[in-house]
Amino acid sequence: MARMTTKLILLATLVAAAGCAHKRPPVLPPAAGDQPTGSTGNGDAGSIVPGSAEDFKRSVMSDTIHFALDQYDIDATSRSILDSQAAWLMKWPDRRITIEGHADERGTREYNLALGDRRANAAKNYLAARGVNAARINTISYGKERPIALGSDEASWAQNRRAVTVVLQ
Amino acid sequence: MMTKGFPLIALMMALAPAANAQTTPPVPEPAPTPAPAPGATPAPGQSGGLVVDVEGGISAPMGIAIPALPTPEVASTAAGSTDQLGKQLSDVITADLKNSGLFKPLPAGQLMPVPFAQATAPDFGGWTSRGATALVQGYIRANGNGTVTVGCYLYDTAAQRELARQGYVLSVNEWRRAAHKCADMVYTRLTGEGPYFDSRVVYVSETGPKGKRIKRLAVMDQDGFNGRFLTNGQTIVLTPQLSPDQRRVAYLSYLDKKPTIYVLDIASGKQHRLVDNVSLALAPRFSPDGRWILYSMSQAGNTDLYKIPADGGTSQRLTSAPGIDTGGSWSPDGSKIVFESDRSGTQQLYVMNADGSSQQRISFGSGRYATPAWSPRGDLIAFTKIGGGFHVGIMSPSGGGEKMLTDGWQDEAPSWAPNGRVIMFFRSTEGGSGVADLWSVDLTGVNERRLPTPFDGSDPSWGPIRKD
Repeated sequence: MARMTTKLILLATLVAAAGCAHKRPPVLPPAAGDQPTGSTGNGDAGSIVPGSAEDFKRSVMSDTIHFALDQYDIDATSRSILDSQAAWLMKWPDRRITIEGHADERGTREYNLALGDRRANAAKNYLAARGVNAARINTISYGKERPIALGSDEASWAQNRRAVTVVLQ
Repeated sequence: MMTKGFPLIALMMALAPAANAQTTPPVPEPAPTPAPAPGATPAPGQSGGLVVDVEGGISAPMGIAIPALPTPEVASTAAGSTDQLGKQLSDVITADLKNSGLFKPLPAGQLMPVPFAQATAPDFGGWTSRGATALVQGYIRANGNGTVTVGCYLYDTAAQRELARQGYVLSVNEWRRAAHKCADMVYTRLTGEGPYFDSRVVYVSETGPKGKRIKRLAVMDQDGFNGRFLTNGQTIVLTPQLSPDQRRVAYLSYLDKKPTIYVLDIASGKQHRLVDNVSLALAPRFSPDGRWILYSMSQAGNTDLYKIPADGGTSQRLTSAPGIDTGGSWSPDGSKIVFESDRSGTQQLYVMNADGSSQQRISFGSGRYATPAWSPRGDLIAFTKIGGGFHVGIMSPSGGGEKMLTDGWQDEAPSWAPNGRVIMFFRSTEGGSGVADLWSVDLTGVNERRLPTPFDGSDPSWGPIRKD
């Protein structure tokens, strides 16, 4: 119980600090009932808390959109995915997200960092255009540092050219 | 590690107790320049005598003998006995010169033992008959206070005369530096090129699976030895660069999940965040005078070049074109910057003045160009060429004379040796078990070799010749 209390206080501090940094009014800590059960979930679908990261993953078409080689434009499939993400984010207006931008291995390291940043920002801009407050959206580029498909073939590279939306716990 | 000084000493004094007086040249100065031989054609920047043909070095490397360095008295030191060190010194000198591609050292089986008394009185005939055109001899002596004295002599065996000499007093634990210094003396005297063996490289040491590689900053001697880690691997670190004074490393770290640039003081281990409150700052490059750091910063997905005082301060924006401008590199005089930009649609190379004015594209071949690196000699720009694979190539600062030097599955991120004749880069292999390793290649494109790092490696940055 003591651990839970500490966690709540920490969360409240983090939310307040983040709000401050973005010159927004401080946001109240979420109600206790909105708290996720844990950072990774326990695999029991019945216990997924509405508004949690697990709930996000279950509710949206996908947490990931993909990009063509060297591109960062949002295609029709990605638009549908982001629309579903925007709908969830509008439903949970106190939730903050990080969009991770990634590139495939077939580029130079620094360019791919900038390209991943560009992709994350493209997704962010789309969500913002759909009404999600941009101040809720953080971006981070991993360039080619964190591939999910490890092969060196077009199918693997296509999987790795992606932007992943992660709900902050 | 770098507490001891590194003085050149007068070899006549160093040798006085044991050397034969009549073989000791009469000039009591360190590394005297020998007089040109009568009738010899002086090479550029040289005073004549033996000259290695640098351009044709691959087809005709110079035969050279580097026997074990004798010791006047076998003494034990913290790094082993002096007779063992004498053998190891010659091994390191041999490896340096062989790796340059311009020398063909005699194999160990053909080397004659050299008694201490012969250190300055070589058996020229014996060496000539074994095919050695040049001869490197020397000695090592323990000084009893944790330091050793190492002498290094270069001889022309046909002319039977000394070409150069140097002596070094240094902590015995730094004995490899004496070998690198000696190899540099031989290399510069015989090729007319600048030195590069006594230098260090910072890079990213890689372990772990491809999907979640663990990356640590590491520093090592240019030959891959004396490596040590500067970070612990808990955070992704990328693209380190050694400062011109070699005391600091600028690099990208994901500390606190905010990829931005840090400057680490190697001796104290302290670091400061150079660029605050941005989603991405990358590609740090020290200016040649060490006062500025050129870098790239993203704002809302648009990446431009900036420069900032190396100790921190206010950034100055240098580019503003829509697109990704990154991978900058200063000209050696600090007046110009080469960088890559995809403002035309694909990654291409551009040169501008250091204040951001007069931006001009210099790459016009097929394919994409990335990670330009201006040679410390100023005459060439190395780059990554993407198209039909990933290659390391070179061109002139005006864009002419493009030439590919390597052809790996993915070769990337060239960094120049201090003399502008050798380039280090990293080569990745394909597939789920693919790894990255450090390689070097010289301007001929033929002498390609992998660095013997303890783990895999990437993002090499070759520092200048050591001064301390």
